[in-house]
Amino acid sequence: MVERGSIVPFAGWRRTRLLGESPLRQAVRSIGDRVVRIAEEVVGQDIDARIAGIKTHPNEVGHDPFGFDPETSRYALAVAALLHRRYFRTQVYGIERVPQGRVLIVANHSGQLPLDAVMIGSALMLDANPPRFPRSMVETWTAELPFISTLYPRLGQVVGSPENARRLLRQEESIIVFPEGARGISKTFDQRYQLTDFGLGFVRLALETNTPIVPVAVIGGEEQYPSVADFKPLAKLLRMPAFPVMPQVFFGMIAPLPTKYRLYFGEPFRLSGDPDDDDSVIEEKVWLVKSTIQSMVNRGLRERKGVFI
Amino acid sequence: MARGVFGPVAGAPAPVPTTSQPKPSEPRSGSVTGTHTKVATEGAVLVTGICGRLGKLLARELHRTDQVVGVDRRAFPDRPKDIVHHELDMRRKKMKDIFRGRNIRAVVHLGVLHDPRRSDRERHSWNVVAFQKLLDYMSQYEVPKLVVLSGANVYGPQPNNPQFLTEDAPLLGAQHFGGMRDLVELDMLAQSFFWKHPDTETVVLRPCHIVGRVHNAASNYLRLERPIMVMGFDPMMQLVHEKDVVRAIQLALRPGVRGIFNIRGPGEMPLSHLVRKTGGRPRVVPSPLAKVALDQLWKLRLSNFPAQELDHLRYVCMVDDSRARTELGYEPVHPIDRVLKDVRRLRYQVA
Repeated sequence: MVERGSIVPFAGWRRTRLLGESPLRQAVRSIGDRVVRIAEEVVGQDIDARIAGIKTHPNEVGHDPFGFDPETSRYALAVAALLHRRYFRTQVYGIERVPQGRVLIVANHSGQLPLDAVMIGSALMLDANPPRFPRSMVETWTAELPFISTLYPRLGQVVGSPENARRLLRQEESIIVFPEGARGISKTFDQRYQLTDFGLGFVRLALETNTPIVPVAVIGGEEQYPSVADFKPLAKLLRMPAFPVMPQVFFGMIAPLPTKYRLYFGEPFRLSGDPDDDDSVIEEKVWLVKSTIQSMVNRGLRERKGVFI
Repeated sequence: MARGVFGPVAGAPAPVPTTSQPKPSEPRSGSVTGTHTKVATEGAVLVTGICGRLGKLLARELHRTDQVVGVDRRAFPDRPKDIVHHELDMRRKKMKDIFRGRNIRAVVHLGVLHDPRRSDRERHSWNVVAFQKLLDYMSQYEVPKLVVLSGANVYGPQPNNPQFLTEDAPLLGAQHFGGMRDLVELDMLAQSFFWKHPDTETVVLRPCHIVGRVHNAASNYLRLERPIMVMGFDPMMQLVHEKDVVRAIQLALRPGVRGIFNIRGPGEMPLSHLVRKTGGRPRVVPSPLAKVALDQLWKLRLSNFPAQELDHLRYVCMVDDSRARTELGYEPVHPIDRVLKDVRRLRYQVA
């Protein structure tokens, strides 16, 4: 006798859904695993071992209090590794200068999309030994965006607030900071590699928590999405910090240009002083960090032979 | 503040009960139920809202060591025999007689109205006016201890919240949800009482979502077969078991403890994990649709979740309990599996 199923359409599908994972989740998992395998072959590094090598601070129920999820992160690291090694062919100098324990990694910000953070992060994960888990402080408004607000915490990114930074540094973690913020990332092409004003918060934080600051110069980011203008009224309308006008998008090139990234890690600063000092006193220390990064950027620009090679 | 609406508040501060004043509370057996014996020398603990789930749990724990006096509009039929229960409205003047007639050592204020279906006016008169009167009586009769159960909701879920809110964080709970206004005000009243009356040890407890066999929004949500989740949002959540909160209240009743304490449960988890662990299958809905649908369901009385509470499913509102650990000696003992098991026990299907 032929075994009959239910007369309700898709009833069997529903039952399998109840028993196991949803088909969407299964599809994501199989695609993700394939990406990880490809990345491991191309890069020649064990992605899972790198993720396992980082130090996290799980709570009583085994979750990272900030929402870091190793499962999602391994897919992200695989994609980042492909970008890092193949697409942008990143060269990393002086990563051994990043000290163990708590550290603030301060870099110039550029390129309309925060791919510079991805490059610094993947350098810390893939090139540093042992791998360092990069946390970066993201803009507050990203927490209001659907999907992004879920994705960022799962990758270990944290909403930028002094309380969060203090807690992470107390846990001896490394934090990537872009003191230029949105001003820096949305620069137009004529202002490339000229650092804009730095915020003062990161120096106060470093003084308060006695954290070394590692300056980083990122070369190559400015040319990935050259922007000719910032269309402010539209940005205001869309409640975005800037609306860059990027010619390449008009030619159908939505992906960033495959520039060659170069990351220069400098000697760590160990600042001392009162974190509650006057702005003028703090500004001097900020200026010291900023001018160091600017001179590292200038030297990197002199040394490079071309944007794409 | 509409203080005079529900009858005049006792104006001039009456002197502390001495022999010059007769004690009228005992003969009024109309409101007093239970066998009241002689007042204990060290004084009784007055628990408002004793007939709630938390109140009953606290009463059962406390009556072993202390004399417990309960006040609630509801009856407390299965109470232990040594608990004195006054079935009265906290806004009534009879409340004063309880203070006058007995040596009250401490007041635990649990009588907070959370029901979002009640009118703003009623909730205000319960949560603010009645509490204010209670505070007046406390200062008149110099009660040395006050424990108020506020909640982490007074901080409010915000996109720019730090991952862990400390006790100093601003109370922005009412910013996007007007229904929270009186709960924030209640917390503020307790805080101002803390400063105005240094002789009274005031403790404000702000636990994260209390769950267990209680019927509150968080537990009811987790009991749903198909709870709504907002598409693209999966905030980290903290839950605390009701019995852990009861223990925190007991710790707060010890002499010498004062201040504001956040109370946290056994670790935080993403909301989706919590829902799955409780056995629910989340129904993922885009945020604008969820808002409209919930508004409609609320109007049609098919759901008891106001649409503004969706923010709890989108943004973090978690607390840092390091102060409670060091100063209060509080440590959650119920593991997450036990917490969720107790929630599941009362599962029911909601349309």
